[in-house]
Amino acid sequence: MKKTLDLRGLSCPIPLLKTRDALAQADMVEVLVDELPPKENILKFAKSQNYKVEWTESGGEYRITVSK
Amino acid sequence: MNWPILILTGIVFGLGAVLLVRFGNPGNYGFCAACHLRDIAGALGLHNANTLQYARPEVLGWVLGAFSLASLQGQFRARGGSNPVVRFILGMAMMIGALVFLGCPLRAILRLSAGDLNGLTGIAGFLSGISIGIIFLKRGFNLGRAKLHTSGGAKFFGYLPALAALQLIISVAFNAPYLNFSAKGPGSMHAPVWLSLAAGLVAGGLAWKTRMCLSGGFRDFLLVRDTYMLSVYAILFVSALAANLHLGFFKLGFDKQPLAHTMHLWNFLGLFLTGIAATLAGGCPLRQLVLAGEGNTDAAFCVLGMLVGAGIAHQLNIAASPNGVLFNGQIAVLAGLIVTTAIGFIYREQITPIGKGA
Repeated sequence: MKKTLDLRGLSCPIPLLKTRDALAQADMVEVLVDELPPKENILKFAKSQNYKVEWTESGGEYRITVSK
Repeated sequence: MNWPILILTGIVFGLGAVLLVRFGNPGNYGFCAACHLRDIAGALGLHNANTLQYARPEVLGWVLGAFSLASLQGQFRARGGSNPVVRFILGMAMMIGALVFLGCPLRAILRLSAGDLNGLTGIAGFLSGISIGIIFLKRGFNLGRAKLHTSGGAKFFGYLPALAALQLIISVAFNAPYLNFSAKGPGSMHAPVWLSLAAGLVAGGLAWKTRMCLSGGFRDFLLVRDTYMLSVYAILFVSALAANLHLGFFKLGFDKQPLAHTMHLWNFLGLFLTGIAATLAGGCPLRQLVLAGEGNTDAAFCVLGMLVGAGIAHQLNIAASPNGVLFNGQIAVLAGLIVTTAIGFIYREQITPIGKGA
């Protein structure tokens, strides 16, 4: 199951927490963030868990797909 | 992971802080988000403690350094709107806690690096506060979304911290008559302006680049076992320790440490309050200053709260002194804890998924 979360504009570390929580319930999670720190934190987290991660950037927003 | 920048940041903050003491700042007072902002509040007349008034260029440099590097790299973004009033209150709480301990979490590490074991008590309090803050975050604490400012006035507010920092730096460099300057006490002790400013600018740029944040560092470790941000502080500690040992500033013990007291409970509870407030506000005092520099107007409100908190702390005898924490300070910490935990309980916002697919 895939989940999509809009995490734009949320303070650190809420985007990371929400992504982590969503991944506990779904195998694939797509998140939308609009700042570099949450993007980096989510990529780092995904890497630490050996999850597959892909991201694209458009207009200062990052769409990140994390899959188990 | 960019290790060269990480190591450089640790050294600039650790070695830099000790060298600033060597060149005139009070003991273990090279960098401190709380004490330096308190001195700035004094310079602006927000409190009348006439020994604690000097517009410290170090933290002003942080703001300007973060602004400059963020702008150069196209990352300056005027944004905000995530409950600025609550952030103002959290800023006040952060400052009151820090002034009861006598230092921000960064200074707790710097104090420890010079042998002041009260730093350990403070760090333990800060860590405990972060743990409580994380419980609120896990329960769904959320101050709402920030958005990019699009209107002219709001956009301008994004530049205001950097402009105010620049104006204050120029004013302090030229001894502007509208600023207060302490004639005695810690406020009268400072490194040359240009040196403080240079150290602050470099440190601010690096803090922006590495996104260093002590509450973030502990939080990342507790949440996802990530030690990236904590390693900056480890390098900072080791370089400050080496410099303190080399320059003869190191003195191990609890008693008679520079600008410190030994009321352990209040050292603990002071930074405990700061830890909860910092976690709820999304960053430690240093990080708030850096974020304010790069256009985050919510962080700017938090910094304003810190400035006003410093003013109140000294006007109402809440701030500690080397003699300890007075009754007012103890009441203020307890009141701060009540207000901060109430904020933690009240502000929850459900983030609804955009869509669920197969």
